[in-house]
Amino acid sequence: MAIFLIQHLLRIPLVLVAVSALLFFLLQLQPGGFLNQYLEDPRFSPETVAAIERQFGLDQPPVRQYLNWVWGIVTEGNFGYSFLAGRPVASLIGEAMAWTIVLVLTAAIFTWLVAVPLGILTAVYKDRFWARTADLVSYLGLAIPDFFLALVLVALVLQSGGSAVGGLFSPAYVEAPWSLARLGDLINHLWIPVLALSLEGIATLTRQTRASLLEVLDADYVRTARAKGLNEFRVIVFHAFRNALNPLVVLAGLWLPGLIGSSIVVSKLLSIPAAGPLLYDSLVNKDQYLAMSLVLLLAALLMLGNLLADLALARLDPRVRYG
Amino acid sequence: MAKLWPDHRAWFSLVLLVLLYGGALLAGFISPYSPQGQDLSRAYQPPQAIHFWFEGKWYGPFVYPLEASRDPVTYQRVYQEDRSRPQKIVWFVQGEPYRWLFGSSKRHLFGLEAGRLHLFGTDGFGRDLFSRVLFGSQVSLTVGIIGVAISFLIGITLGGMAGYFGGRLDRTVQALTEVLLSIPRLPILLVAATLVPATWPSTYTYLGIVAVLALLGWAGLARVVRGQVLTLRELEHVSAAQAIGAGHARILFRHILPGMRGFLLVSATLSLPGYILQESVLSFLGLGIKEPLASWGLLLKDSQNFSALALYPWLLIPGGFIVIAAITFNLLGDSLRDATDIRR
Repeated sequence: MAIFLIQHLLRIPLVLVAVSALLFFLLQLQPGGFLNQYLEDPRFSPETVAAIERQFGLDQPPVRQYLNWVWGIVTEGNFGYSFLAGRPVASLIGEAMAWTIVLVLTAAIFTWLVAVPLGILTAVYKDRFWARTADLVSYLGLAIPDFFLALVLVALVLQSGGSAVGGLFSPAYVEAPWSLARLGDLINHLWIPVLALSLEGIATLTRQTRASLLEVLDADYVRTARAKGLNEFRVIVFHAFRNALNPLVVLAGLWLPGLIGSSIVVSKLLSIPAAGPLLYDSLVNKDQYLAMSLVLLLAALLMLGNLLADLALARLDPRVRYG
Repeated sequence: MAKLWPDHRAWFSLVLLVLLYGGALLAGFISPYSPQGQDLSRAYQPPQAIHFWFEGKWYGPFVYPLEASRDPVTYQRVYQEDRSRPQKIVWFVQGEPYRWLFGSSKRHLFGLEAGRLHLFGTDGFGRDLFSRVLFGSQVSLTVGIIGVAISFLIGITLGGMAGYFGGRLDRTVQALTEVLLSIPRLPILLVAATLVPATWPSTYTYLGIVAVLALLGWAGLARVVRGQVLTLRELEHVSAAQAIGAGHARILFRHILPGMRGFLLVSATLSLPGYILQESVLSFLGLGIKEPLASWGLLLKDSQNFSALALYPWLLIPGGFIVIAAITFNLLGDSLRDATDIRR
């Protein structure tokens, strides 16, 4: 186990280097850069632009620029300079990544809280009408794009006279200190993005829970548990579901990239200060260091999540051996 | 394949497929107006309902004309139904000319002799949303197919060769797939989509977006194909082919890959919704398809303006078509999978 962990942890920086190199390559391929707009601006002489270029090392060959950037991150946690914001990237991305993690975690927890009970219920009562309806609805959940669901929810809220759409807080609470009322306001704003992020996961996870539970419900050990006189709840949850859990953990790992991607679109759409709006602005304005740092950190987040899923699986399933 | 016929899902999805792609193919004929035709005096007109009975008597399909006027207080344009003048919907009506394959025609499936017919309402430029949805389907429904085709070509070739030859090639391909799969998909898609120059005409942008989707989408498939080839290449008929001196390409493409036909068909169908959704996300964010082409995602872009969304909720209609297309391919893929006995 320890060996697996070390191997895995060692691989993360390697992949991150490859990811960042690929990103840098892609961004270098792009026509033009952030400073190009100044060349057309009469207030900037070509010499000024050249001086700015020199100052940020943009006149150096691309490989050198990349190495400088990586070196800055490794030695002093300096993620480069955001031309757009006129501030170091490191001062911008902290809040964005924190809100991204909040969004993703809340959505993941909400998904499990809804999907697992729903999956168990639809498996146990598989012939009831509502269970079949839930199965049909989950099909719909798979097909609705996250941003479209967010749009529909926004439209519904606005149609019913609400105004708590977009952003995280109402104007009155933006600068207010934390209080119960502020938390309530946050939840009032956060349910739309969380629901939009969770729907696909809920649909997949419910279907998977149902399928893997149906596979084990007829197993001998479940009959044995019943024969011992355990109550049905214990039989289902601690005996049957315990063994149906493993594919769900695998699925949670597979689902994470989609979840991070969704958080980008939804936060951009709803103007939530997570990674979405920042990444979008940095890409449109060719703010290369900001864009690279954001995608790199999102990739790191993804790999961390996958590592956690792997560890959880190893803990849950004694048959899984790493090393 | 014989198991497919009794499957209701398969029939249902096939009918939907024919409707969707038929609509895309005959978009010019079915849509009453051109997708770019603007009429600013008809901006944000709500959808018109089709009626059949006029003053208690059968009249055939017709609509009531909508009279535009300005709200004296808010100065918003408001539309009032004129219930006294039913306008009959005419089949095979003469209208705006459109091009189809090699020729051009003026005949549309349905329309009005006079007045405007907007079944899905209009957008901020007064363009007919129904026509735009139909023309948008030409992009939305083909991006997926071409994208999947290219990405399967890459994935099967690279994954197949990695599994078949092993060694350094295998390690390189595996490292590449590992990296591609470790980047969250959407951010890298956005980065790659900004590579397509903004100055390109929209048909080139279309190809650029397809290429981006395909070039970033093959990794997952390559990994699975590699794994399957690893087991398939040990089978006896492959050894037999090697023994009679067949070349590597022949063995790989004629003896190994046909063994996974069913699997490839199922995963191609099931990955189609993903491509449709990704294109719609890119276009929705303004990094994908550009005007004057339309796609369902691009049409939804108008509803990013929440004040417009609150007043004109019919702007959401194109999203319903994304959902329908995704459901169709999911249903078809599931029924194909059950028919070929392949587990996910």
